[in-house]
Amino acid sequence: MENFTPFMSTWGGLLIGLASALVFLFQGRVAGVSGILGGLLMPSGDAGWRAAYILGMVAAGAVGGFVAPAAFAMEVERSTLTLVVAGLLVGFGVRMGNGCTSGHGVCGISRLSPRSITATLTFMAVAIATVFVTEHVLGGQP
Amino acid sequence: MTRFVLPAFAGVLFSVGLMLAGMTQPAKVIGFLDFAGHWDPSLAFVMVGGIAVFAVFYRVLPSRTKPLFAERFSPPTRKDIDPRLIVGASLFGVGWGLSGFCPGPALAALGAGAQPATILVPAMVVGMYLASLLDRPRD
Repeated sequence: MENFTPFMSTWGGLLIGLASALVFLFQGRVAGVSGILGGLLMPSGDAGWRAAYILGMVAAGAVGGFVAPAAFAMEVERSTLTLVVAGLLVGFGVRMGNGCTSGHGVCGISRLSPRSITATLTFMAVAIATVFVTEHVLGGQP
Repeated sequence: MTRFVLPAFAGVLFSVGLMLAGMTQPAKVIGFLDFAGHWDPSLAFVMVGGIAVFAVFYRVLPSRTKPLFAERFSPPTRKDIDPRLIVGASLFGVGWGLSGFCPGPALAALGAGAQPATILVPAMVVGMYLASLLDRPRD
């Protein structure tokens, strides 16, 4: 096992859970990032809080990029085409599947939601298979 | 004002969590997904940490208070597992495995100006829009 960071990763997870709990407290809704962003892209009456949340995320990333650039180390080489395809798949998939790692993996599993447990197992298995292909079949740089 | 400041603060917390967790480093994500290679189980702790906190608040809050900016708590109600869920999750899994990015880290990395995110996030938004077309009523 390389680069194992159980403590930092746990702390990160606690904050992610807390942020999601705050959304539940503020808006009465269970939503991960894909749900919050997705709702912003469709016409709805509640774009304000969604935009604020997303802007908070992006702004924190901007500050983080200055104070802790190692947090954004981009050591994985992917072609532009791969990134475009991956982005399309992520965007399409999280909307079609109604959630992502925070929505299903954190919030949904916390609720013992059968849909979220199923979705999480599915995207984990598929992601693991995808990485197996890219790293061990295709040689690591799709 | 607080209607926007408080959610913005939550978004900041979320991104800080992602950064501490290592989710904003695609190599770490791929390391977690690379069971056959140099496996790094760290991200399992992210999910466990997130669930540990959210599960408690999810149970406790509705019995103690009302939402700050809504009439009532309205958790999701669907329990059915349909093909859309499986196909959607699978497509997301491929994209995540290919890039090491899921939506949250992609947005945080975009803020940081990380070049892969500047390509991936717009594509992700297009993908989300295309998925919304699935819901359009047919004429």
